[in-house]
Amino acid sequence: MDPSARSTGPKSGAEPVLSLRGAAVRVGGRTLWSGVDLTVGAGEFTAVLGPNGVGKSTLVKVLLGVLPAAAGEVRVLGGVPGARNAAVGYLPQRRSFDASVRIRGVDVVRLGLDGDRWGIPVPGLGRAKRRAARERVAEVVELVGASAYAHRPIGQCSGGEQQRLLIAQALIRRPQVLLLDEPLDSLDLPNQSAIAALLGRICHQEGVSVVMVAHDVNPILHHLDRVVYIAEGGAVAGTPTEVITSETLTRLYRTPVEVLRTSDGRLVVVGQPEAPALHSDRHSEPGAGGGHVSG
Amino acid sequence: MFLADTSSPAVSWNLLADFQQMWAYPFMVNAFRAGAIVSVVCAAVGWFMVLRRQTFAGHTLSVAAFPGASLAILLGVSTSLGYFGFCVAAALVIAALGRKGRDAGAEESAVTGTVQAFALACGYLFISLYKGLLEGPTALLFGSFLGITTGQVTLLAIVGALVLAVLAVIGRPLLFATVDPEVAAGRGVPVRLLSTVFLVLLGAATAEASQITGTLLVFALMVIPAATAQQLTSRPGRSLALAVLIGFGSCWLGLIAAYYQPYPLGFFVTTIAFTGYVLAHLGRALHEALGWSRSRGRTPLSIGGTA
Ligand SMILES: Nc1ncnc2c1ncn2[C@@H]1O[C@H](COP(=O)(O)OP(=O)(O)OP(=O)(O)O)[C@@H](O)[C@H]1O
Ligand SMILES: [Mg+2]
Repeated sequence: MDPSARSTGPKSGAEPVLSLRGAAVRVGGRTLWSGVDLTVGAGEFTAVLGPNGVGKSTLVKVLLGVLPAAAGEVRVLGGVPGARNAAVGYLPQRRSFDASVRIRGVDVVRLGLDGDRWGIPVPGLGRAKRRAARERVAEVVELVGASAYAHRPIGQCSGGEQQRLLIAQALIRRPQVLLLDEPLDSLDLPNQSAIAALLGRICHQEGVSVVMVAHDVNPILHHLDRVVYIAEGGAVAGTPTEVITSETLTRLYRTPVEVLRTSDGRLVVVGQPEAPALHSDRHSEPGAGGGHVSG
Repeated sequence: MFLADTSSPAVSWNLLADFQQMWAYPFMVNAFRAGAIVSVVCAAVGWFMVLRRQTFAGHTLSVAAFPGASLAILLGVSTSLGYFGFCVAAALVIAALGRKGRDAGAEESAVTGTVQAFALACGYLFISLYKGLLEGPTALLFGSFLGITTGQVTLLAIVGALVLAVLAVIGRPLLFATVDPEVAAGRGVPVRLLSTVFLVLLGAATAEASQITGTLLVFALMVIPAATAQQLTSRPGRSLALAVLIGFGSCWLGLIAAYYQPYPLGFFVTTIAFTGYVLAHLGRALHEALGWSRSRGRTPLSIGGTA
């Protein structure tokens, strides 16, 4: 299926769920990327791609509001980042719980629901509410297919099982935006496509905007509406067919990059710089080479 | 340390009569009261400490109790003041110097170790400056339940109630920040502030425990109950409640034993708690070996060999 077919863009007139205009970020005194423009509408599936260390996780943190943008304007759900985080589900990159952590998976999922609430629940009061919370936990654990091991201490679950439970934790409050940092990490191929399909369903059927950092675009290619490719200094955004092409990536990286399509429709990027080897002052030219497509 | 004025009390095995006999002495009443307060507070705070892997910080704070108490004796002020002042101050130093980034575990332990060495050195200095009536640092290091005054019990109760009240308010976000700091921060939980507040609570709790078990045996009431409870169940609420029960039980059993036997209280409390821990460990190993937890899908042991 041609990924561009589902690229409809945000509903015209409605305010975008996420928007970045000329955004830049500085970490530890150096600019990671600048001049990034991106608009994500309700129910859109966006992938953030790029080599290691280029600042993908940093972009997610800016959207979450835990890191400030150095320049430009960033808006999330109509406010500054962080203002409406109750409606944002977040999955940080690669966390694994130590084998000795004696907290059950369901408890970790439950913390996503009301872990930020102060005070202890008064015994006897709010029994209906507690039951509703328990049912919601069970529902979301079932949704990600983690029921078999959710009652085990999370430290005893495998990496992929923990990842599913953490996805459940991110989903539990029915967020309007999901920020997922490499959620397919530590999953095998069948599980990658199962989780990708689940996220695609949540995104397109329930109108949740998904922003997902990924290293491999192929497991999610069918579900994607939009791609942000970050390179040293700048970024390009647009539909997968616009962005993942030899011309665009060559322009972005200023080095020959070739995009090949295999017979089964998978995309292979050849010649992409592995990691920004040196961070010279080339960063001072903002967004060089980034043809910004926003919608 | 043993009661010189009672000629070897004997156990009648009639609990009521035994307690009546023990509680005929006001100092025993105070010891049981203080023990109850301290063991409950320490088990609750210690449960979070074990989960947060901050036992080294807890140990350092308890070491800070030693110079605190010896300085108080040197200056002739209340030892409680010394305990609480030094423990809370050390907590603030550790909070201020450590934990800059999120994976600052190594840096934190280096800071903590530095504070600990300095605290011990200060305690040594204060002890040697005080050449007078101080019988020696043994009571400070290993605890004593004799001579706990009603005033001290009141102070322990007030501080203990404050600690538990703060813990009740911050408990859930603290658990969130402990288990999952990044997501908690994303949800607006003030992770750093909570970490500082928790260190102060830890300082207050170790100061309380130091007055019962002495500086070196604080962990009998802070770590062992929590570690035992976490062996027995992985449900947070249950394991917290169980830790409190185990702590309370080992403390009171230790007091009873120390009343009847001429050995130090700290030894009894620690031994009883440790026995419970070993039993819990064995119990869990047995359970896992028999594969019961697998068939039920969760760790089923919920009550077991407590002290
Ligand atoms: N707190 C920090 N202080 C200094 N530099 C930092 C800090 N956090 C991240 N960086 C640097 O910022 C850069 C981008 O980091 P980021 O985690 O966003 O990369 P990424 O694109 O997510 O990489 P990966 O694919 O490996 O996850 C890296 O070079 C990293 O070293
Ligand atoms: Mg990353």
